[in-house]
Amino acid sequence: MTSREPAILVLEDGRVMRGQRYGAAGVTFGEAVFSTGMSGYQETLTDPSYDRQVVVMTAPHIGNTGVNEEDFESTKIWVAGYVVRDPSRVSSNWRSTGDLAVALERQGIVGISGVDTRALTRHLRERGAMRVGIFSGVAAEAGVEDLLLQVQASPGMAGANLTDEVSTNKPYIVSAVGEKKFTVAAIDLGIKSMTPEMMAARGIEVHVLPAASSVEEILALNPDGVFFSNGPGDPATADAAVATMKAMLDRKMPVFGICFGNQILGRALGLGTYKLRYGHRGLNQPVQDLRTRKVEITAHNHGFAVDAPRTGDFDTPYGKAQVSHICLNDDVVEGLRCLEVPAFSVQYHPEAAAGPHDSAYLFDDFIELMSSPGKVRA
Amino acid sequence: MPRRDDIKSVMVIGSGPIVIGQACEFDYSGTQACRVLRDEGIRVVLVNSNPATIMTDPEFSDATYIEPITPEFVERIIAKERPDALLPTLGGQTALNTAIALHKNGVLAKYGVELIGADVDAIERGENRELFKKIVAEIGAESANSVICHSLQDCLDAVEELGYPMVVRPSFTMGGAGSGMAYNEEDLRRIAGAGLQASPTTEILLEESILGWKEYELELMRDHRDNVVVVCSIENLDPMGVHTGDSITVAPALTLTDREFQHMRDVGIEIIRAVGVDTGGCNIQFAINPEDGRLIVIEMNPRVSRSSALASKATGFPIAKIAARLAVGYTLDEIANDITMETPASFEPTLDYIVVKVPRFAFEKFPNADSTLTTTMKSVGEAMAIGRNFTEALQKALRSLEKKDAIFSWPATKSEVDIAELKATMGRPHDGRLSLVQRALWAGVTPAEVFDITKIDPWFLDQICLINEIADEVRSAATLDLDTLRYAKRHGFSDDQIAKLRGLTEAGVRGLRHELGLRPVYKTVDTCAAEFAAKTPYHYSAYDEETEAIPSDREKVIILGSGPNRIGQGIEFDYSCVHAALTLREAGYETIMVNCNPETVSTDYDTSDRLYFEPLTLEDVLEVVHAESGAGKLAGVIVQLGGQTPLGLAQALKDAGVPIVGTSPESIHLAEERGAFGRVLADAGLIAPKHGMAASFPQAQAIAKEVGYPVLVRPSYVLGGRGMEIVYDDAMLADYLERSTEINEAHPVLVDRFLDDAIEIDVDALYDGKELFLAGVMEHIEEAGIHSGDSACALPPITLGASQIDRIRKSTEAIAKGVGVLGLLNVQYALASDVLYVLEANPRASRTVPFVSKATAVHVAKAAARVMMGQSIAELRVLGILPELGDGGTMPDGCAVSVKEAVLPFGRFQGVDTVLGPEMRSTGEVMGLDDTFGVAFAKAQDAASGALPTSGTVFVSLADRDKRAAIFPLRRLSDLGFKILATSGTADVLRRNGVKCEVIRKAFEGTGPAGEPTTVEAIMNGDIQLIINTPYGVGARLDGYEIRTAAVMKGIPSITTVQGLGAVVQGIDSMQHEESTVRSLQEHGADLARLRAGQRDSLLALSTSDSGKDA
Repeated sequence: MTSREPAILVLEDGRVMRGQRYGAAGVTFGEAVFSTGMSGYQETLTDPSYDRQVVVMTAPHIGNTGVNEEDFESTKIWVAGYVVRDPSRVSSNWRSTGDLAVALERQGIVGISGVDTRALTRHLRERGAMRVGIFSGVAAEAGVEDLLLQVQASPGMAGANLTDEVSTNKPYIVSAVGEKKFTVAAIDLGIKSMTPEMMAARGIEVHVLPAASSVEEILALNPDGVFFSNGPGDPATADAAVATMKAMLDRKMPVFGICFGNQILGRALGLGTYKLRYGHRGLNQPVQDLRTRKVEITAHNHGFAVDAPRTGDFDTPYGKAQVSHICLNDDVVEGLRCLEVPAFSVQYHPEAAAGPHDSAYLFDDFIELMSSPGKVRA
Repeated sequence: MPRRDDIKSVMVIGSGPIVIGQACEFDYSGTQACRVLRDEGIRVVLVNSNPATIMTDPEFSDATYIEPITPEFVERIIAKERPDALLPTLGGQTALNTAIALHKNGVLAKYGVELIGADVDAIERGENRELFKKIVAEIGAESANSVICHSLQDCLDAVEELGYPMVVRPSFTMGGAGSGMAYNEEDLRRIAGAGLQASPTTEILLEESILGWKEYELELMRDHRDNVVVVCSIENLDPMGVHTGDSITVAPALTLTDREFQHMRDVGIEIIRAVGVDTGGCNIQFAINPEDGRLIVIEMNPRVSRSSALASKATGFPIAKIAARLAVGYTLDEIANDITMETPASFEPTLDYIVVKVPRFAFEKFPNADSTLTTTMKSVGEAMAIGRNFTEALQKALRSLEKKDAIFSWPATKSEVDIAELKATMGRPHDGRLSLVQRALWAGVTPAEVFDITKIDPWFLDQICLINEIADEVRSAATLDLDTLRYAKRHGFSDDQIAKLRGLTEAGVRGLRHELGLRPVYKTVDTCAAEFAAKTPYHYSAYDEETEAIPSDREKVIILGSGPNRIGQGIEFDYSCVHAALTLREAGYETIMVNCNPETVSTDYDTSDRLYFEPLTLEDVLEVVHAESGAGKLAGVIVQLGGQTPLGLAQALKDAGVPIVGTSPESIHLAEERGAFGRVLADAGLIAPKHGMAASFPQAQAIAKEVGYPVLVRPSYVLGGRGMEIVYDDAMLADYLERSTEINEAHPVLVDRFLDDAIEIDVDALYDGKELFLAGVMEHIEEAGIHSGDSACALPPITLGASQIDRIRKSTEAIAKGVGVLGLLNVQYALASDVLYVLEANPRASRTVPFVSKATAVHVAKAAARVMMGQSIAELRVLGILPELGDGGTMPDGCAVSVKEAVLPFGRFQGVDTVLGPEMRSTGEVMGLDDTFGVAFAKAQDAASGALPTSGTVFVSLADRDKRAAIFPLRRLSDLGFKILATSGTADVLRRNGVKCEVIRKAFEGTGPAGEPTTVEAIMNGDIQLIINTPYGVGARLDGYEIRTAAVMKGIPSITTVQGLGAVVQGIDSMQHEESTVRSLQEHGADLARLRAGQRDSLLALSTSDSGKDA
């Protein structure tokens, strides 16, 4: 059942929207971002890349299929807050084991429902992602001006290093399905559980390692390749991961990066990163493979992007590299490929979950790269 | 790669007449295709037999052929036009089947015509069930277990494997024609037998029942570089077992997790690849077991479909337009998204709103038809609504249907509800089931119980519970405060629903709401959930915070469309609305369309400057008017083009202070109210059949006695002859009144003298307050008494003389002046014993406007819109919108004859009598155009229901009163080589008149001792090629019923009027002795222009003498 207790959403620029409590009562702050996916709220909520973000769902009905045991992308809900229009009152799906509203409340996620999510989305589109607070219960009783001050005092996303918050403390192994063909060290910068599953399904034994793992610890596994995961925060602060990446590139270790991992590779290659005005978050983004001209429909969740020349090769400390993929909506760099070392990465999510499976071939490309690391993907 | 430069001209095939399962969605897709191809500089050759379409307007193609869509005629057009390519995927199953036939018979190869959009192999793989099942298995997906059958024995053999119930699906039929659910052997024999007949390949598929599973559809597009996008997912609220065209459907899918949705998407993409649709769209249907998620692929349409039109309107992604571009070589990423202009079409639309489509049925017109919804489509139209949540969209959709019963309502107390009755009836899918579900849930039946009975997903059931809870809250609230009102409005309650719950008036609730400052906002359909700015103003209302509809400061006109298609109000009205939008845009107005029918051209966001996808109720229209009144002058609202729907709103809009352009609501009332109209006629010295108005049986009986039987009875204020009947005596009159429950002082019944043996004449005219433009005079083939919408007619009138047309002109002018028409006027006359009777006058666009426009090569609808906005006929002549001189009453000698023929849905409703009557039952129409009436009529028959036979056996059974008139035509048929079989009475008369014939046994006589067949048996054996069966009185209607039903089953032409017989004989005669031509409308227009120039002197003389007379 949904509540009809009041809740208030306050943006740092002073815009206020009123609705009803959804999930836990209380206060939360974060960066307001919108996600345009029409399915997969459970995966979205549990994606560590949403750490410290208040996610606005543009799809009006959320929670219809409840939650189940299989669709968690990590062990907990990561979003800092949740904004929806019409939360479901029942859960209808044969896999459902519980209600989303209950899960949110149990995990203390403060949300708001009943707001004009489209108006909010348009606001964020025009003004850019910004800080937001959601207040319900006693917290909502304060004056709006007071609430606004609280929002303005909360930390922003630029310059935030969140890797330590999301990364695993201890290494763990995801076993290969069937015959083991490769060993991959996956650096957990906020990894989603579908990623090691996609690798495991291809005969890879995946050693998921804490972000702080040393180069020696990584190499001690004698991996066939190293994977850099997705994750939250500003890539400009991820110096440790960039150093690890460089060490791998120096050794011509086959490397594959996704999302944050793409930005880490970019930085290792000497490229800059920048914050997008409102980011890409959704399951319908057209990405073009510049080599084949083919378009993939892809899942995105990124607020930062790599700055690189869109056409032609460019020089890096590791030899020539190129932009492999771009988003056709706005020409944002969506993938990098090194031509002289065995490394490539994409800004989007080939592991999907949620999202279309068009780009799953990238995991096959990683296998190929590990099979013949000398033959770079030129 | 840009577009192919080797394609200079493309032939597009339309879908022919509107029939159940194939409606104006193909006018929408075809029109888009023609526009796109011409934008690309490609010469477009169009073939479509349906004159009521926008696509067949000459300006949309370079050569437009209104000819039968048969391989024979299309081949002749190909031979004449020599197109480089043929695009068959935008004209429904009709176009696809014709294209395949032309491929198979070598015509395409012979003339070097390339099939584009889909190749024959891909079509085969998609539509041939055996091949398709193999493909599904190859990609690792599942189909329902099934058996392909080519005979009834095959079917019976399959029972062991599949068990009952099982689904029967014929191959290659549209709209699921001939399919159904067999629960036992009797069902199987009946459905499979008909299905084998209906399938052009005598093939049907029997399938395990997946009744009650969740049903989904995906709309996909693929380009030649193998880019695939899923444009839209659609979820059926009605689970498997009901044809998707008859289901309430929702976009996007709402009860799937991402895992399940992506699995479905993956399978869909694998299928479109494996089938090989490589430059266009397709639709794939799936079923999912709610118990365990097992996904089954049902079928695919390798072409643009009804669902594609719905998906296009639901998402803003114009599938047909993009399909046409893909067909000429573009890739998805090379095409811009129309709505954002900045992003490419190679993406998947994401929705931040909910779309609900509800079907509209016409069972009230076919009382004998089985109203159970099955896998054969039975609905005649649909309405779509958009809301910010499901409840809002659903309630808007239900009120868009314009059917009182469809709107949720709540009795005073729950104890009034008969729960047992509801439980017993809601298991059977039928029109109105959702109301039963709503009522049952309200009365306390649990969602779990309702799910067990209906298998409607619990999520949807909970949403209906939510609506019920809100209703209770509205009813019990201490005061109707802002919070309560907002809560109700946010979930789609209309002012009227709230008023009924509170015992208030609709106006009262609206007043209160406005006082509280509560109005809807208007959101935008933008394909991307606001991620990018939308450039196209395609709006829907919602009760939310922020509006996006910012009115411009231009002078604007609001055009009200015609709502869901129904019998009597369909594409013809949309045609007029679209033309008004186009021409008034040219005239400098900002045009604003309001409509809720997703199949139409009017709801294409390209048609008007701004589109509001909204129900056509007073409340919804008033809010649009309010939203658009913020800036710029509102010149007015056009109500006379969209049929009865907007017309019914005219007075209330005017009372609310909204300017109505064209004929005023008072004038409309003057024409529709019998007493007032009688005075108009009397003042003008015109005659109407004697009539009266009755509110009770004694009153009706007295009137009938005075005017004399037979009489025509009908409720006042109707369109499409709803409830209209001819009665011959007191007993029939009593019976009629008993069945018409709603007869009272406020809703009287009209009793008219019925004119036997009269020629009916239909007139469309324009009147600007001073001058009359007689747009078209149509002579009906069938006598008065057959609804004009069901009657064939000819233009120019084939037997009327100049003096009769002159009388018609003067009478029409007098009516126009007397009523106060500004714009269009349709008058129906009957000519009996050389007396011209006025049957009725409608000061609005009629169904015949598009036909008249095409037959006379004059833009009647455009001119009408201009006249309504104040331009005079004289000005329009100068502007070239009307011809310089003359009109539809002065069709020049030597001009071609156009024949309109109605298309009836009897094939869909087995068991329904096919006798024509005063109640309209046709769904669509075709046109035949040629030098003489006979050939044009034969073409129209060919286009409507298949070619007339040119040899063979005719069965004749005539009413006594028709025998005299039938002798000559039957004699001619005999001369033309036909063998005549007749019932004994008819045979006696024929023999006496020297017509050779044989007597055949009647059905009740049974098979003869030597095995002589009865008529029905002979028909079923295929021994009869033409049936002439005119009914008399009530009894004979039953006698002939079996014969006519058998004729429908066998698809044999069945003539039920003696006038129809005459026309058919002329047609057959012409087919044997004359050459038919194929001519484009452009050629027809040029011919008319030339002939009209030749008339110039005589017309000038006429107009001088006319003006002299007026002075």
